[in-house]
Amino acid sequence: MSKQSRRSFLKTIGFGGAALVASTTGLSHASEQPPVNNEALGMLYDATMCVGCKACMTACKRVNGDFGSLAFEKAPFDPDGLWDAPQDLSGSTRTLIKLYKESDKEWSYIKYSCMHCQKPSCVSVCPVSAMTKDKVTGIVDYNKDTCIGCRYCQVGCSFNIPKFQWEKTLPQIVKCDLCKNTNLKEKGITACAQTCPVGAISFGKRRELLDIAHARLRDNPGRYIHHVYGEFELGGTNHLYLAAVPFHKLGLPIVPQDAPAEFSEKIQHTIYKGFVAPVALYSTLCFIALKNQKRQDSNGNGEDDK
Amino acid sequence: MAGHHDEFIKLEGKIFTRSFFVMLTLVVIGFFFIGVRYVKGIGAVSNMSDGYPWGIWIAYDVATGTAIACGGYAVAILIYIRNNWKFHPLIRSALLTSLFGYGLAGFSVVVDLGRYWNSYGFFIPSRWQINSAMFEVALCVMTYTLVLIIEFLPAVLWSLENSKGVTLRKVADWLHPRLTPDEARLASGLEWVRSSAAWLRPRLDKVLVFFIVLGITLPTMHQSSLGSLLLIAATKLHPLWHTGFLPLLFLINCIYIGYSIVILESIISSNAFKREIELNELSGLSRIIPWLTVIWLSVRVGDLAYRGQLGAAIKLDFYSCFFLLEFLLVAGGSIILFSSRMRRSPRWLFITAAMIILGGGLYRFNVYLIGFNPGQGWHYFPSIAELMITVGVIALELLGYQVLVKLFPVLPNPKHAGSGHKTADNSHHAGTHEEILPAAVHVGK
Repeated sequence: MSKQSRRSFLKTIGFGGAALVASTTGLSHASEQPPVNNEALGMLYDATMCVGCKACMTACKRVNGDFGSLAFEKAPFDPDGLWDAPQDLSGSTRTLIKLYKESDKEWSYIKYSCMHCQKPSCVSVCPVSAMTKDKVTGIVDYNKDTCIGCRYCQVGCSFNIPKFQWEKTLPQIVKCDLCKNTNLKEKGITACAQTCPVGAISFGKRRELLDIAHARLRDNPGRYIHHVYGEFELGGTNHLYLAAVPFHKLGLPIVPQDAPAEFSEKIQHTIYKGFVAPVALYSTLCFIALKNQKRQDSNGNGEDDK
Repeated sequence: MAGHHDEFIKLEGKIFTRSFFVMLTLVVIGFFFIGVRYVKGIGAVSNMSDGYPWGIWIAYDVATGTAIACGGYAVAILIYIRNNWKFHPLIRSALLTSLFGYGLAGFSVVVDLGRYWNSYGFFIPSRWQINSAMFEVALCVMTYTLVLIIEFLPAVLWSLENSKGVTLRKVADWLHPRLTPDEARLASGLEWVRSSAAWLRPRLDKVLVFFIVLGITLPTMHQSSLGSLLLIAATKLHPLWHTGFLPLLFLINCIYIGYSIVILESIISSNAFKREIELNELSGLSRIIPWLTVIWLSVRVGDLAYRGQLGAAIKLDFYSCFFLLEFLLVAGGSIILFSSRMRRSPRWLFITAAMIILGGGLYRFNVYLIGFNPGQGWHYFPSIAELMITVGVIALELLGYQVLVKLFPVLPNPKHAGSGHKTADNSHHAGTHEEILPAAVHVGK
C-alpha cells in the first residue's frame, strides 16, 4: 500500500521536477533575440562633447519638478538652499551630471538617467503594471497611481535607475520618462536635449542616433572608445552613450547582451504556461490525497463524526 | 480528518505568563517603530537604500519566514500524499505555525510597501502583470493564508462546540450592573454559535481535503516563485547564487526547512510546556530530511560545476565564506541525521534541525541580501529600528502561538495511542470542561 503511494508520489514529484528542469535547461539554447525597435525614441549622450554645465539637470527639474514631485537638494555647505546640489540620482533627481577624473589628462563627464531598455527589467517585474513600455515610442513610463511601492523595479534594474523617496511619508518611484508628459508633449523634445548648449545630447529615433554615433566613431576614431554603449547592452537600450573613457569607469556597468527579463520570463512562462502545470499538480494531488484518505478511513479508524 | 480530534489537546495553563509579557513588550516596541514608519516614511526607520531596496523585512520576514512557516506544507505532503498517517498528530501545531508565519509575512509586506494604499491593484485584472514573479507570490501567499485559516478552522470549531462560554459569562456578569445584558439572549446566542459550529464542523471535515491539497499546491507554486524573484537580478546577484535553478532550489529548501522546524518547534514546546516528546514521529520526520538535502546539495553543486563556479565557491572570499557556511550547516546536519542512533536522541534531533534551519535560512539570506551586490558604494546593514520591527513581528508570532495552543486543541495528545484506538479519556467526553475537570490536560472528543 505504502509502496503504491510512494510510486505515485514519486510520479508527481517527477512531473513537477521535470517541468522545472525543462524550464531551466530550455534556456541555454533559446538565444533567439527579440526584435529591436529602432523607431523608438531615445537619446545619445556624447561624453566627449559635454562641458559639465549641468544645464540639463536644471532644465529637467524645472520642467518635471511638479509632475514628478521632485524637490531641490541642499548641499552641506549651503544651508540657505541657494543651489540644487544632488549627489546622485535620487527620489528628487531624474538626471545627473558627474565628473570622473582619473588624472589631469584622463577625465570625463557622464550623464545618468533612465536607459529606456528595449526589454526593461522594471516593466517585467512590476506586479501591478505601474511600469510600462510604450510600444511606439519605447518610453518606459511610471504610473504612481498603480504603484504599490514594492521596489522590485529597483532590484531588477541593472543600472540602478529607479529611485525611491525614502524620506517621504507618501513616497513614489522617480525616474526619467523622456519628458513624456511635459516637454516632449509640448515641444517634441526632452528638456535636457533641448537645453544642452553644446549639443552633447542628441534626441531622436534610435536608428538615427545609432547612425550619428557610428558616424562619429568613424570620423574620429582616436577620440572615442570604439563602442556605442547601449547598442547591445542587455538587449539594447534607447539611451546611448559615446565616451573617451572606458564606460565602466564612468559608472555604466559591464553587462551581458541578453536582457535579464528574457531569462526570468522564460522560466516563469515555462512553469506557468496556460496555468496547466498548477492545475495538473492540484488535480494529481487531489486524486492521491482522496485515495489515501479513503484508505485511511476504511482502515478501521472507526470514528465517524457523522 | 473525521475522527481525528482526539489526537489533539488544549494545553492547560495560564495565558498571562511571564514570557507572555516579555513578548508583549517586544511587540509594543516593534509596533512603536511601525508607527514611526507610517508617519515619517520608511527612510526614518530603515537603512534600506536605492541600492538595497529590499532589507531585512523582505529577506527575513518574507523570504526566510515563510520557509520556516512551511511546516504545515511539509507535513501535509507527508500525510496526505505520502500516506503516512502516523504524523497526523503533528499537523495542527505545524499548521498554526504556518498560519502565523504567513500571516505575519503578509503583515511585514504591508509595512515594507511604500504605497500600500494601492495594494488593492492585485485584485484588478487590468493591472495584473503575469510576467512578474512577485505578482504570483502575492496572489499565492494571500490565497494560502486563507487556506491555512480554513485548515485551522476545525480546531476553532471544536472549541466553540465544546465551550460553555465561561469567560464570556464572567465578562457578562461583571458588566451586569452597568449594562444589564439579557441573560437569556446571551445564552441563546451562545447556543446558536455552538450549534452552528457543530453543524459546520463535520461538513467542513468532508471537504477539508480539497483545501489541504490546495494548501500543498500553493506553497509549491509560491515557494519556487520566491526563488524566481531574484532571477531578474542577473547582474547583481553573485554567480554562486544566481542560477536558473533558483525556483527548484527554493522549493526543496522550504520542504526540508519545514520538516526541521516541526522537529525544533515540537522539542521546544515539549520543553517549555513540560510535555512528553513525540520521539517516534520526530525521528520519523528526521529520516526524510537528509534525502531532501542530498538532492538539494547535488543540484547546488552540480549547477555550480556546470556554470564553472566551483572555484568561486572555495575562494574563501566574503561570498565564498557565506556559501561554505550555508553549505556546511546543511550538509553537516544531514550527515548526522543519516545515523539512526542520532535520530533517536532528542538532543541531536534538536541540534541537527537547528543546523539545517540555519543553513537553509542562510541560503535564502544569501540570495536576498548577502550575495546581492548592486554595485560600488552601496552598503546595507539593518538599523536598530528596522531590526526591532522584525523582532516585534517574531514576538507577535510566538505570543500568538503560546496563547492559541491554550485556547484550541492544537498540540498532539500524548495519550492518543494512534488511530484506530479509542483513548481511555473518552469517558470525559461529555463533561470535559474547565469548571469540573481540573486535570492537567483537556481531551477533545
